[in-house]
Order: sequence, then structure tokens, then C-alpha cells
Amino acid sequence: MSDMQDYTSSLEDVNSRKFETFSYLPAMTQEQIRKQVEYIISKGWNPAVEHTEPENAFDHYWYMWKLPMFGETDVDTVLAEAEACHKAHPDNHVRLIGFDNYAQSKGAEMVVFRGKPV
Amino acid sequence: MAKTYNAGVKEYRETYWMPNYTPKDTDILACFKITPQAGVPREEAAAAVAAESSTGTWTTVWTDLLTDLDYYKGRAYAIEDVPGNDDAFYAFIAYPIDLFEEGSVVNVFTSLVGNVFGFKAVRALRLEDVRFPIAYVMTCNGPPHGIQVERDLMNKYGRPLLGCTIKPKLGLSAKNYGRAVYECLRGGLDFTKDDENVNSQPFMRWRQRFDFVMEAIDKAERETGERKGHYLNVTAPTPEEMYKRAEYAKEIGAPIIMHDYITGGFCANTGLAQWCQDNGMLLHIHRAMHAVLDRNPNHGIHFRVLTKILRLSGGDHLHTGTVVGKLEGDRESTLGWIDLLRESYVKEDRSRGIFFDQDWGAMPGAFAVASGGIHVWHMPALVTIFGDDAVLQFGGGTLGHPWGNAAGACANRVALEACVEARNQGVAIEKEGKEVLTKAAASSPELKAAMETWKEIKFEFDTVDKLDVSHK
Repeated sequence: MSDMQDYTSSLEDVNSRKFETFSYLPAMTQEQIRKQVEYIISKGWNPAVEHTEPENAFDHYWYMWKLPMFGETDVDTVLAEAEACHKAHPDNHVRLIGFDNYAQSKGAEMVVFRGKPV
Repeated sequence: MAKTYNAGVKEYRETYWMPNYTPKDTDILACFKITPQAGVPREEAAAAVAAESSTGTWTTVWTDLLTDLDYYKGRAYAIEDVPGNDDAFYAFIAYPIDLFEEGSVVNVFTSLVGNVFGFKAVRALRLEDVRFPIAYVMTCNGPPHGIQVERDLMNKYGRPLLGCTIKPKLGLSAKNYGRAVYECLRGGLDFTKDDENVNSQPFMRWRQRFDFVMEAIDKAERETGERKGHYLNVTAPTPEEMYKRAEYAKEIGAPIIMHDYITGGFCANTGLAQWCQDNGMLLHIHRAMHAVLDRNPNHGIHFRVLTKILRLSGGDHLHTGTVVGKLEGDRESTLGWIDLLRESYVKEDRSRGIFFDQDWGAMPGAFAVASGGIHVWHMPALVTIFGDDAVLQFGGGTLGHPWGNAAGACANRVALEACVEARNQGVAIEKEGKEVLTKAAASSPELKAAMETWKEIKFEFDTVDKLDVSHK
């Protein structure tokens, strides 16, 4: 059995701040992001991209990157928008969303580019 | 033509057995498993159940003739064999909708599972399923918020939610209890939970518990940047006391409270659910005492009926069992009542124990809660069985981690996210669970320690029930 470790999370350490689904896993690689885009499209959901300053990540409303890509089924197009958002806002969290308009909810939401903790 | 009055006892089947009756879309339909007394014909037993659960009494009375009893009576309209059971049979009974007060599961149950269950002509009786017509569903308030609204309020998308029941279930002081909550939430859980029998005992009164728990939630939210909650149990000796606690939970900003709908009662639950909707409070529902009603295969009320009753009465979460660790047959049956809890339309499917089509219309669905005896190794099976619209609750599987609650919570969160990510990638996670978890543990010492603490289980579909439960 491994030796006992301290759980190092604190108000002081900004790296303790999480951002919901998949934020307890290592940052995604390009290939992993692609797989999640494929998943969203395979479900028939509408892909969208949003971003925010990491210190405002708790807010419900982040900044929309353009409009949701209604009916978009091309994985590369979605990836290109996510990357363009990341390039324009390199210090911000960028999240990928799959809007499920039948459930009137998000079927998926995950940060794909992690901002600089503040 | 007017009828004449003849005093005396008539056979029930003369009035209540109507094999040619075609149920109306507005009828409430019930399927009973009847084990009749020796010598009682099936038709007579079915008709007797229809009579005793609707208009009938044991003898003819003159006041029967002052109304149109043929309209109001329950009608036994079909009989079927029970596969593998020669002693019992299924009886299908249709009830006109105006036999029941609108929006009252209390009234529905008082008729359907009232006196008839002590009736001498049947040796045993089980209510297997009930079809609530959409016309009746629309009169019930239902879940205060439902799955989608809860996801929006709590900001949780694309995965099941994670919870934990605080242990030991009885005996902690309020301040120590709040510590246990805080550690779980900062480690990555979405919710913690009062145990069902935590109400307001001398060692921990509700008021102090609520205050300390709320401080734990606030700090964990600031620390993790995620939304958190704790099911504050407001189940109480009287409705007045229940509402007092609910009001205080609202006053301190708690997002969710809980209630035991069977021991607390359907009347209290329906009222509390309406209060929750009016006050923006999520409602977690526990089901203590359900096994008294639903465990005997020949007598009582099947849990799928209790599930429907809860959805009508109101709750945003309901405990449904975990499937893993129980009998294999339970998997299909559990999937059936999980559908009845969450979906908007559920088709008849005898392989899942569903006897009727059930249309819920626009009534929201509620989260299925899987709780009890589960740990990280079960995660792949749980994600596969329950999908995203569930709360997976690891009590011992969080608090029993060798490094404490925060590490235990983190281990569960990493395991959950790894399973969801792999599932989204098309991985058959129930079969490849070991690889998924092992890979995730490479970057999570907390998960690695959890996997060493609890024994691996097999991920073969057909052996999922043969769990090692030595950790209990």
C-alpha cells in the first residue's frame, strides 16, 4: 500500500480551482479533443465553444465564441473554431459544448483548453 | 331501465368480471398478481379484487341503486398465467379516472392497495404495475425541478453526479459531521447526503447540522470553483416541523434537501415537493421501508409502482438500487423502473417487468440514485448501467479510503471522469474497465490507493453480479 499523502487543495492555491467535467483528468491532447467532438456529433447535438477568464469560471455564463454551430457535422470545423477561440484568448478556459435541443440541456460540456490559473 | 333491489350476497364476477371490456385511454389500469384461496376460481378472485379496490362491498346495499355503479366500478378485464408459478395469475383491472381525486397519489393508493390486501378470498396479492393515463399525470405536480433544471442549477453536464452518505450514520456531533462533508466536497464530490435516520437526535440537532454543513459547502465551493450541495434531511415527526426545517435550509442558501417518502408519507412528500418547486429547492428522495412492501414476490407492491408514485408525488432524485451485487434478473427489472423514473414515454416490455405503456407527457424525470456497497472498481459497470442521468453514491467507497475523505472523493471523481471519457470514445468500459481505471490511476495517486484498497471485480457482463463484497 502506498504511503499516505496529504490532499493539497486550498483557497490560496489557484491550481485547486476545478471546472467541472473532466477537470480531474490531465489536460486533453489534440487526439482526445477530437474524440469528444466526434462523440458530440454522433449524438446529434449542436457543438458550441465558450471561454472565460479562469477567475470567473464559477459563473454560469461564459463568453460565447460566435454562435453555436447548429447542424455542424464536420469534426475539423468544430476543432478549428475551438482552436481559433483558444488562439484569440490564450489565457482563458475554452470549453466545448454539445447542446441537446430535445432535452433542452447540454449533453456534454468540458474544458478543452485550460487557461492560466489566476 | 331501472333495476330492482335484491338484498343478499352476489358473486363478484357477475358485476366486476368484464372480459369484453376495452380499457379507455383515460382509465387507470392495474396489474395484480393474485394468489387465490383454494377453490376460488380465477375470474371470481380477479372480480373480487376489482370490487374491493373500487366500489364494492361484501353485500348488496340499497344505496347502490342511487348511483350508476356500472359506470364507477372497477372492471377486471383480463387474466394471464404467471410464467413459472401455477399458484398465481395476473389480473388486469381498469378503473374510471373519476374514482380518484386529482393530483392525489394518497387517494390512488388508498383504493388500489387499501382493504383489498387483507381480503380473505385471496391468499396473497401483489400490485405489479399501474398505468396512469396522461389525463391523470397532468393533475399531479411531479418532480419539483427534474433532471435538466437540476443540471442547469448545479452546472453538471455530460456525466453522472457523484455523492456520498456521511458515516457513521448516527453519533457524530454536528461540527465533526460538517468536517466529513467538507472533506468529501473539496475532494471532488458534487453532493454529500444525510443518512435516512439522521433527523434531529439529541447528539446532533438539525439546526447545528444545517449550519455546519452549509459552511462546509460554501468553503468547498470557493476552494474548488465548483457547485456543491448536501442533502439536508428534513424528514420530521410532523409536517409543521418538516416545513420549519425546509424553510431554514432555504434561509441559509442550501441548494437541496431530502425526504423519506414512504416513512414520511405520501401526503407529506407531495406537499414538500410543491414547496420545493415554489422555493427553488432541489429534493432528494430516500426510500426507507420500501423493502417491506416490494421484496416479497407474491405479496405487496412492486418497486416500479412505488417509483411511479414518487414521480407523481414529486422528487428530483430517487434511490433505485445499484444492480451490481444483486441477482442477475434485477438488472433488467431495475433498468425498467429507471426508465419509468427518467423517460417521457415508456413502452410495455415484459422482459423488464413493464406491463403497460406509460406516457408521462411533459412531467420532468428524476435522477436515479445508486447507493450502497459500491467502490471505484464498480464505476465502469455503474456508468454503463445508469448512463449520465444518475447520482452514484459511494459511502464507504469514499470515507473508507486509506488517506481520508478528500482522497476518496478525488479517487471516485477521477474514476468517473475516466470512465465517461472512455465511453464517449466508444470504449466498451464494462469489459475494459480495468485498463481504463489503471490508466487513470497513473496520474492519480488517490485512485491508485483506492484500487489497492478494494478488490478488483470482473468486468465480464455475465459475471458482474459475482462481486467481492468483503469490504463491507
